[in-house]
Amino acid sequence: MDREKRNHFIRLFVAIAAVYGIVLVLEMTLRPTNMLFTVLKKGAIYSLVAVSVNLLNGFTGLFSLGQAGFMLVGAYTYAILTMPVAVKASDRVYRYYDCIVGFDTGVFVGLIAAGLAAALFAFLIGLPVLRLKSDYLAIATLGFAEIIRAVFQWDVLGPLTNGANLLREFKDLSRITFPFTDIPVPQTFFVFTVCGICILLIVLLINSSYGRAFKAIRDDEVAAEAMGINLFVHKELSFVISSFFAGVSGALLAMFQYTVQAQQFRSMLTYEILLIVVIGGIGSISGSCIASFLYIALSEWWLRGLDMGTFLGIHAENIFRSGFRRLVFSVIIMVIVLFFSRGLMGDKELSWARTSAWLRRTFRKREAV
Amino acid sequence: MSRILELDSVTMQFGGVVAVNDLSMHVDEGEIVALIGPNGAGKTTAFNCITGVYEPTNGAILYKGNAIIQNHPSGKMKRLYAGLEPDKFSSSKVLNPTPDKITKLGIARTFQNIRLFRSMTVFDNVLTAMHMRMNAGIFSDVFRISHAEEARMREETEVLLRRQSLWELRDELATSLPYGKQRRLEIARALATKPQLLLLDEPAAGMNPQETQELASFIHEIKDEYSLTVLMIEHHMDLVMRISDRIYVLDFGSLIAEGTPKEVQSDQRVIDAYLGVAENV
Repeated sequence: MDREKRNHFIRLFVAIAAVYGIVLVLEMTLRPTNMLFTVLKKGAIYSLVAVSVNLLNGFTGLFSLGQAGFMLVGAYTYAILTMPVAVKASDRVYRYYDCIVGFDTGVFVGLIAAGLAAALFAFLIGLPVLRLKSDYLAIATLGFAEIIRAVFQWDVLGPLTNGANLLREFKDLSRITFPFTDIPVPQTFFVFTVCGICILLIVLLINSSYGRAFKAIRDDEVAAEAMGINLFVHKELSFVISSFFAGVSGALLAMFQYTVQAQQFRSMLTYEILLIVVIGGIGSISGSCIASFLYIALSEWWLRGLDMGTFLGIHAENIFRSGFRRLVFSVIIMVIVLFFSRGLMGDKELSWARTSAWLRRTFRKREAV
Repeated sequence: MSRILELDSVTMQFGGVVAVNDLSMHVDEGEIVALIGPNGAGKTTAFNCITGVYEPTNGAILYKGNAIIQNHPSGKMKRLYAGLEPDKFSSSKVLNPTPDKITKLGIARTFQNIRLFRSMTVFDNVLTAMHMRMNAGIFSDVFRISHAEEARMREETEVLLRRQSLWELRDELATSLPYGKQRRLEIARALATKPQLLLLDEPAAGMNPQETQELASFIHEIKDEYSLTVLMIEHHMDLVMRISDRIYVLDFGSLIAEGTPKEVQSDQRVIDAYLGVAENV
């Protein structure tokens, strides 16, 4: 039993190290403008949000639609904190306001602060909202996310948030260097590392005693409460932790996009993430990760030709016009939902045993045919 | 023997329906007490009042002499209720604990319609119930600083499951067990919270006579082993009569009889409640 467990961990470690190694090698060899890196970076960021949503929706059973709002808080916090003082003082970003934040921090502090700010918002919003259940909770969180977006665009907060204008020239992905040196950090590798650590923390949480309590609440609130689990405290914990990681991913998204604007964090973003979670399988961490990479690859890369006139070598400008991609994309999603009603992974995790069994099954089918 | 649980004129009213009407009863330490009555008599409602699921409209519930639940002088139900002594409790402090606090006091319960954690294994079901007694905070838990505590919890779970002869089934999904074993698992899960008072809501429901027999001796065994006091709701009369020290009989929310099994069996009102009264046309 113990040996099996250790072997399992070794294999897992090797697999993860291999992924990081491949990312690093690709980054050294391919040109940085390659589409692959956009997909990898954005996919990793979306994985982190999807996993944080999964912690809330899949493991605690709280149907929340506020993730975009918490990402926004994280993105703004990060951008405001890491923007160099010189930029803040000049007219380049804060053109109509005088920035009141007279200092700037490093990337690491910025990321943590982004998470903490989102967690603080979640804590305050959670106090009234988490007394609601199911659909009502979803509506209330959606409402609060929109309120956050509106408040951040508010004129009065201009000296802090630059009103409805863009924030830029903060420490985005192209500006990060190894500490105390000028050597730039490989961008994709950086995103993968931050997201990997965050997802690892969530996995550790889910497999801890608190994680079991979350699952108990999801399975049966009445029974969980009768077993001495304080519903409110545990729901609030899950909500705050999930929002912390949403805040971190919001900051990463800001780094990836080079600019921050409240407009980017509409409820559409939440639906996108929710879609990823559902496609990956509610209650499956690896499912969320796989689904977010697939989703980003499809929407940003593989189906791009559908909007540009040429797809799979077929040149038809009348059909493949802008907007056609969305149509095809919707059909694909419908097919996935119809044939994998519980998502790609269900509530299972990716493992060697399951992958090899699946491979064997498909091979046997082929032989029979 | 000291009183472990006392209900003082507890009334639970849902709109115009009086589910429990002025119920006063007590359970002494080390007893097995049964609460019986026809369907809809208000037995489970009484349980839900004790465990904090409902706020009683009137009355008080005392655990080891301390009031754990008292009526709500300001609650909206109070206005509907005139009661026998409406002013008896109104001056006292309002206490309104949630079920988890009641469980932490040492009152554990099982449910009439089994409520196990569906997606978890047998082992995890019991292990989850140990969470309540954990001292470690979330950080030391996530970073596995408190792994000694986790190991202790797992050990205790193993002991408990072996004791209930569920150890072989530990990796099965809880809901895939046969009915009788699910009931047993629910009791094991309740025991994992280290209760002093165990409330069993129809533990023998859906069991055959053979299983009911086993359950009777099982309840006796765990009572002695964990020095428990047991309050149970049950419909199997042979089980009730055999193992309970005292019996309370409810009908339409009101207490109609109490006493030893012998006394209750010969009580005319109990017979009427169960068999019905011939109407004089």
